[in-house]
Amino acid sequence: MTLLLGALTIGLILSLLALGIYISYRVFDIADITVDGSITLGAAICAVLIVKGVHPLLATLAGFAGGLAAGTVTGILQAKFKINALLAGILVMTGLYSVNLHVMGKSNVPLLSGESFITLAERAGQRWFGRPEVNLLGWLVSARDLVTLLAVLLMIVLACLALYWFFRTELGTAMRAAGDNPQMIRALGVNVERYRIMGLALANGLVALSGALLAQYQGFADAQMGIGMVVWGLASVIIGESLTGSRSLGLAIYGAVAGSVLFRLLVAIALRWGLNPNDLKLVTALFVFAALVLPQMLQRRRQAALA
Amino acid sequence: MLTLSDIRKTFNPGTVNEVRALRGVSLELPEGSFLVILGGNGSGKSTLLNAIAGTFKVDSGEIDLAGNRVTRWPEHRRAALIGRVFQNPFTGTAPSMSIAENFALAARRGRPRGPGWALSAKLMNELRDRVSQLKMGLEDRLENAIGSLSGGQRQALTLLMATWIRPALLLLDEHTAALDPKSADQVIRVTEEVIKRHKLTTLMVTHSMQQAVNLGDRAIMMHQGSVAYRFEGAEKQRLTVNDLLARFEDLRRREMLDETAAVFLKNAYI
Repeated sequence: MTLLLGALTIGLILSLLALGIYISYRVFDIADITVDGSITLGAAICAVLIVKGVHPLLATLAGFAGGLAAGTVTGILQAKFKINALLAGILVMTGLYSVNLHVMGKSNVPLLSGESFITLAERAGQRWFGRPEVNLLGWLVSARDLVTLLAVLLMIVLACLALYWFFRTELGTAMRAAGDNPQMIRALGVNVERYRIMGLALANGLVALSGALLAQYQGFADAQMGIGMVVWGLASVIIGESLTGSRSLGLAIYGAVAGSVLFRLLVAIALRWGLNPNDLKLVTALFVFAALVLPQMLQRRRQAALA
Repeated sequence: MLTLSDIRKTFNPGTVNEVRALRGVSLELPEGSFLVILGGNGSGKSTLLNAIAGTFKVDSGEIDLAGNRVTRWPEHRRAALIGRVFQNPFTGTAPSMSIAENFALAARRGRPRGPGWALSAKLMNELRDRVSQLKMGLEDRLENAIGSLSGGQRQALTLLMATWIRPALLLLDEHTAALDPKSADQVIRVTEEVIKRHKLTTLMVTHSMQQAVNLGDRAIMMHQGSVAYRFEGAEKQRLTVNDLLARFEDLRRREMLDETAAVFLKNAYI
């Protein structure tokens, strides 16, 4: 049960990553590898501030702002300097590695001291339940884990609602159109390049927010923690689409969250069954490869069958 | 209203792919007039429209529109003054977004876009009203993705979107060329209605001689990046399809002459 709660919590935290990837990959059709650097940036900024005794909410928001800045840089490289989208992401990701080390001052920052949203949850759990363990459907679970999960769930729901609201505003619909049909929206007076920059900023902001929460949850920020995260997010988005489809905006947002949680659960089960953690990235990459290729192959099969 | 002064554009200058697409085009279009642009493939008629819309910057010459010198304005800035319908029905609409959302985008053409709800109740009411005037039964499908509609329906909607806010200039780039004859007729009917209702200043590129004869109060025929013939006033009203065909034949012969003359000169002097 503790394992399940943990997987759910991490899945929810990483759903912010999935939402970021949804924006860059599905709205703008860019595989934005900046993500590998910006998730670490969010974690690093948040961790350092928390160690310094800054309020966790403020530290988390600072992490979010860091991601906004990273995404803005990638966007400017693409839109103003006409650098290939993939290359722009690689450049910023590589640069961010050094930036992250500078922010942290070393390659790993443990959160032993200072207030994080986990310690806040722990105290809230004490206050509400009056004891460290709670009976949940016949299982004894730690009150801290339960309250953490609920807190994360609340944050994700708020983030999803905010995102849904944003994408239904004049600004947000124009941003979606800038990805869907740039020629059309330019003819309607939108500076497509500027919207692309804003979109990548928002995407990486969400990713960094995810990193900030992850650092607090796992109790440390690490320079290596971002490796392969873009593929992780892609896997979540793809699973989400097969779950809910992408017919409407609401379903797509819900799908990204559900896909992230489901993927984390699958990974937890696979690890429990003895999957070597070292193989995790390889398995994730193979999964995304299969998800990209299988639909094409199935379609070719179907056409061959018809012919 | 719209004034083009000797605009020129060469694509890929100094390479083997050099194309002198516009070789000094001048044009004067008064408020409320409707100009039809004819010409063969590669005559520069679509390039002319794109130059006005700002898809690229011209090499020389000036473009003045509604009291503004727009020559150096980027495309999205000119969009505040210009409504456009493209040849390809897929170009004018955002396919994965709903009909209503596409109109919400068009309703802010050239205006700042803020954090206000895009699909306001006011917009939806007006939208249902205006879309039902198309008599295509689309007013009940406003939540559907616009990509699920036929080419004719999309062109009619694009036309409505381009004129939702009255544009100073309407640009129609062979907007019925990709449609079947029945849809094309329908879109032309809508076009005439919209232009008449809003008294729009219009530029329409077309391949169809019939459209060129029936529509507009003036016409030009383009050839090799410049204006070969102009028809205005009574002359335009008397114009027949046969007249136009004769002019086309004329241009073709002149082109042949150009070539044979070049061959003759080459043989004689080189």
